[in-house]
Amino acid sequence: MSESPLKTTPLDALHRELGARMVEFAGYAMPVQYPAGIMAEHLHCRASAALFDVSHMGQASLHGATAAVALEALVPGEIQALKPMRQRYTLLMTDAGTILDDLMVANLGNNRLFLVVNASRKGIDLPHIAAHLPPGITLEPHDDRALLALQGPAALAVMTRLSAEAAALPFMALAHVLIDGAECLVSRSGYTGEDGFEISVPAARAEQFARLLLAQPEVKPAGLGARDSLRLEAGLCLYGNDIDDTTNPVEAGLVWTIGKRRKTEWNFLGAAAVRTMLHDGPKRRRVGILPEGRAPARGHTEIADASGALIGMVTSGGFGPSLGAPCAMGYVPTDLSTDGTQLSLMVRGKALPARVAPMPFVTHNYTR
Amino acid sequence: MSETRFTKDHEWVRLDGDVAVVGITEHAQEALGDVVFVDLPEAGRDVDEGESIATVESVKAASDVYAPLAGKITEANQAVADEPALVNRAATGDGWFFKMQLADRAAFDALMDQDAYTAFVANL
Repeated sequence: MSESPLKTTPLDALHRELGARMVEFAGYAMPVQYPAGIMAEHLHCRASAALFDVSHMGQASLHGATAAVALEALVPGEIQALKPMRQRYTLLMTDAGTILDDLMVANLGNNRLFLVVNASRKGIDLPHIAAHLPPGITLEPHDDRALLALQGPAALAVMTRLSAEAAALPFMALAHVLIDGAECLVSRSGYTGEDGFEISVPAARAEQFARLLLAQPEVKPAGLGARDSLRLEAGLCLYGNDIDDTTNPVEAGLVWTIGKRRKTEWNFLGAAAVRTMLHDGPKRRRVGILPEGRAPARGHTEIADASGALIGMVTSGGFGPSLGAPCAMGYVPTDLSTDGTQLSLMVRGKALPARVAPMPFVTHNYTR
Repeated sequence: MSETRFTKDHEWVRLDGDVAVVGITEHAQEALGDVVFVDLPEAGRDVDEGESIATVESVKAASDVYAPLAGKITEANQAVADEPALVNRAATGDGWFFKMQLADRAAFDALMDQDAYTAFVANL
C-alpha cells in the first residue's frame, strides 16, 4: 500500500459533518455510507432521490477541429455523429482489443468533447489519450471541478425547482446552466438504473451546491456502498470488476457500444481482435446470475457447472436491497450462458445452486 | 445468574449454567451495517477456539464469526437465519448466533469482561 495521504474531494468536510464512514477508494477518501446505512440509502434512491459525490472521477475535455476523429481512433463508439450537447457511453481500448476503461463522452459543440472516466483509471487514461493525439488537439483535465450525481424518481422534481432547462433534458443530453450562481454542466444520466442527473460544478462551489440539493425534501445523501448495489441491480459494469484490460467488449456484452459505421471501418485501437471475436463468437460471456438461496456470492466466487467442474468466476455480486435477494454477474462459457442455465456458486466450500438470469435485475427507470 | 464475556473478534459469550450463548457485539453489528445473511454451524459440531464457524454478511461484505472457546455446538438460532436483520436490531439479545457446551469453563473466565471489552473497543 502507498504511504501517501489520501486525496479528498471538495465535499470532504461535508461528508464528515454528515457522519459518513470514510473509506479509501482509488486513492481518495470517499463516503461508503452515511448513518442511514447502505440498505436505506439504496432504497431511498429507488423511492425518491439520492445525492452521490463522484468528484473522484476524472473530468477532462478534448478540443480541436478533429477532436472527434482523434478520439474515435481510441474508442469503438460513434463520436463524429454525436449531436451537440449529447453524450454516449463508450470504451477506451487497448491494442489487444481489451478494455482500458469505460467512459462517458459528450459533444459540447465548438469542437469540444467532454470526458468522464473512472477514478481508478484516470492516471492511465489521460496519458494514454494524450499520447495518441495528433497535433492541434489538446486534452485538458478539469481537476478544478466536482461531480455530483442526483439519482432517483424524484430527481426530476428537484431539478425542476433548480433549473427548468436542466429538468427538460432528455436522457443522455446535457446543458450548461446557472444554478444558485454556480456554472453547472448538467447531464441526464447516471449509474443507478434510475432517472437522474450528473452535475459538474466548479470545486469552489461544490459544497454550497451539495447543501442546496440536500436541503430539498426529497434528497438524502448516499455513499459508494449504495452506488455499487444500485448499479449491480441495474446490470451495469464496474471497471476493474466486470470489465478490465483482459476483457474484450464482445464477451462483456458491450457490442452495442460499437458504432454501426465503426463496424464497417474497424479503425479503432484493438479493432482487429474485437472484429475477430465478433466473427468467431466469444468463448465466454458476461451474464447475470441469481443465487437460489439467501447467501450472496461476491466477486471472485468460482462458478461450477452441473458436473462440478469449475467453469467461470463471479465478477460482481452481493445482496440487492430492491430485489430483496442476492444477485451477481460473472463470466461463463457461451454454451452455459443462456437464461435459466443451472450453475453452482462455490461459496465457502459449498456449492450453492444458482441460475443464469437476464439483467437488469431491477427494471431501469430512465426517462424517455 | 448469567455472566457475559467478550472476545477480540467482537463476539459476546453469555454463560447460562453450563451452556454458552454466543453472538456479535453492538460494536460489530454497527461496523458491519445491514446484515442480509447469516450462515450458522450445525448442532453437534465440535469446534476449536478461534475456528471460523459462522459467517455474517452485510450488503457490502462477508465477515467470519469464530468459536470464542472450544466446545460442542448445541443449537443454532434459526430466527437470525430466517431474519438476518435481527442481528442489527437485537445483537446482544434475540440476534444470538449459536449455543455451545464449553470444553473448559475456566477458559470462559479468561475472556474479557465488559469493562475490558469497552476499553478494547475504545482503543481500536
